[in-house]
Amino acid sequence: MTTANPNTAPTVISNDPWFDSYAHRAESMRASEIRALFAVASRPEVVSLAGGMPYLGRMPFAELSEQLARMLREQGEVAWQYGSAQGDPHLREDVLPIMALEGITDAQPDDVVITNGSQSGLDLITRIMCDPGDVILAEAPNYVGALGVFQSFQVDVVNVTMDADGLIPEAFEEAVQAQRRAGKHVKMLYTVPNFHNPAGVTMSVERRPRILEIARRLHVLIVEDNPYGLLGFDGRTYPALRSMDAQNVVYLSSFSKIIAPGMRVAWMVAPPGIRQKLVLANESAILCPSNMSQMTVTTYLDHFDWQARIEDYRSMYRERRDAMDSALHEYLPTCSWNKPKGGFYTWLKIPKGLDAKAMLPRAITAKVAYVSGTAFYNDGQGADHMRLSFCYPTPERIREGVRRLAGVIDRELDTVSLFDTDEGMDAQQEEQR
Amino acid sequence: MTTNNARIVPADSRHATTHRDSSPILVICGGLSHEREVSLSSGHRVQGFLRKAGWEVRTHDMDQDLLTYLMDPDTRPGLVWPLLHGAHGEDGSIRDVLEMAGLPYIGSRAKASRTAWNKPIAKNVVRQSGLSTPHSVTLPEEVFRELGAHGMVDLLIQSIGLPLFIKPSKGGSALGCSMVTSPEQLPQALVDCFAYGPVALVEQAVSGTEISVSVMEIGGDLRALPPLEIWTPDGIYNYEARATPGPTKFYVPARLSPQCLADAQEAALTAHRALGLRDISRTDFIVDEDGRPLFLESNVAPGMTATSQLPQSALAAGYELPDLYSSLVESVLNKHRS
Repeated sequence: MTTANPNTAPTVISNDPWFDSYAHRAESMRASEIRALFAVASRPEVVSLAGGMPYLGRMPFAELSEQLARMLREQGEVAWQYGSAQGDPHLREDVLPIMALEGITDAQPDDVVITNGSQSGLDLITRIMCDPGDVILAEAPNYVGALGVFQSFQVDVVNVTMDADGLIPEAFEEAVQAQRRAGKHVKMLYTVPNFHNPAGVTMSVERRPRILEIARRLHVLIVEDNPYGLLGFDGRTYPALRSMDAQNVVYLSSFSKIIAPGMRVAWMVAPPGIRQKLVLANESAILCPSNMSQMTVTTYLDHFDWQARIEDYRSMYRERRDAMDSALHEYLPTCSWNKPKGGFYTWLKIPKGLDAKAMLPRAITAKVAYVSGTAFYNDGQGADHMRLSFCYPTPERIREGVRRLAGVIDRELDTVSLFDTDEGMDAQQEEQR
Repeated sequence: MTTNNARIVPADSRHATTHRDSSPILVICGGLSHEREVSLSSGHRVQGFLRKAGWEVRTHDMDQDLLTYLMDPDTRPGLVWPLLHGAHGEDGSIRDVLEMAGLPYIGSRAKASRTAWNKPIAKNVVRQSGLSTPHSVTLPEEVFRELGAHGMVDLLIQSIGLPLFIKPSKGGSALGCSMVTSPEQLPQALVDCFAYGPVALVEQAVSGTEISVSVMEIGGDLRALPPLEIWTPDGIYNYEARATPGPTKFYVPARLSPQCLADAQEAALTAHRALGLRDISRTDFIVDEDGRPLFLESNVAPGMTATSQLPQSALAAGYELPDLYSSLVESVLNKHRS
């Protein structure tokens, strides 16, 4: 074995000799206590109400494996080869009837770009539209994955108020005007209009044309992110913003929630100029989406009754939403929450004075996990809320998770009231607003 | 037609697995504690280095399959390295289980682990062996409830003085720890601490040089590695500073006089022995302005991640980690055989 170095001159170890070389946009990429705590959430003992994983237990994997084996036998050389940066033409054709369910009937396969999940789509649209310091308007709270992308491009995210009917048109217009008065360049409005993540609300049908009219008049591009639109519990779909305006909307949708997320296949529809740049940006980022993944999706769409599967998902998620709602009524009557009409999430307001982020270690000890509301804001707000996902756990596990959460909240309330930190917390939250 | 059956050969033959003539080593990592992520990282790195040294090494989480794995003749390991951080890993529980299962393992026995895991008790034990430690008090949340939080907070500030540290009495990776520099910060720091555990250690914050000294069984001898000095831009070595490579800098050996360095190494060995520890430990100190190492805590399962102090200290001292870890394994196996 090598012996110890007798030289006693101090060695300086920085752990990362490249630390001074990183781009500014990497500054926020740091370890955190919260991320560390989530490592426990994957353990089966923990009831995770945190992640937005779809439940895949009812997928027909046995039948699917036969079809996939056949696909590989017959088209293996294509599936394992490079493909087009815009995506498989067969799949771009296949997404048209899916979009038609939400009123988009004028899109052509050439308008469609296949992406590695909508996360990649968000990266591409931000990459081609935004310079550092540009403004993206977004609902507050906002999808945490989008915030991460916007932050990585050093974009200023400006919150636009939402209510039970979704984004408020007047607030949108005021925000654009205020930013322009401040000399800022407003590049786009990012919205999740259906069964919002995390707020659970849906933009009303009445508000949609008004939002579009304002965007057209003020020349602000709308980025419509619609992963949950087909998962309305009463079977209802809402007209996509893109169905009413082909020129001012970039539309994103995904197979992650209506089939499964493991393939990482999603799509975008954009006006011709933007679409061309998206294809080039996609080529630059990844060369091409995975042929194997795309052909897995087309095999599924071609051989299985995907609409019946979505019906099944709706029914299953409705049952879980009801389990969440009922458990919250029983165990956490002092909290307030929405009852979402679709999607995956309940947005829970916790009792006054509590900080959902600070309380998470106590929850992990009690073997229940959630996402603190602070994750969905870029300005420190949200500590008075948490996102509870009902998509993955069974109704029984949801009920058990909420029971554990109630115990955590009770104990934290005891501690907070003991030290009177609730008043300080309230003042802090008010200041952030 | 000829067929070329040549397989790709690793450029460095040390990467090739050369199964030694013994049962596999099992690294237990993960668990359900707040430090699961750190533990997984520690475990997988140790596995990698031991494999590089030629050992057959497997990892297992602390879960419901573990007992079966330990007891099944087909999977029963020849040696266990428990690298669980936090509760059940460092409080002696897993070591009790390994002793009941009759398995040799690396590291301290259960009773010593329990002593070291409880920071207030460990401070008392090492104080009795002549080491100094910052003034502190240990208070369960219930005491604040029974005696009134306002009065207790005032008394704490009066007694300990500012600045002070609030830490969970049991725990690691600085989770739930806060430095308090003004009276109004103290209540929130206590709330944050009690989210991790029911008992708080309130400790005087001593200004000085923050160091750690790792102790290992090397070549059959217990040796203290060179003291490692921790420097952070804001002087706070919290979880983020520990787990994010970059802003934190280590100096090995610490920028102290030769006498201070020798005193710190001796103090680490004293703490290791006083607490009854075995094979491996890392002790954290503050070296005050008079050059005295003040004991903060000892860890029976020190972090072994890419940013952890023990491996950095060893590398700076000129050790190769595969060799160093392999030497520890050999040493423990030899003791077990004899």
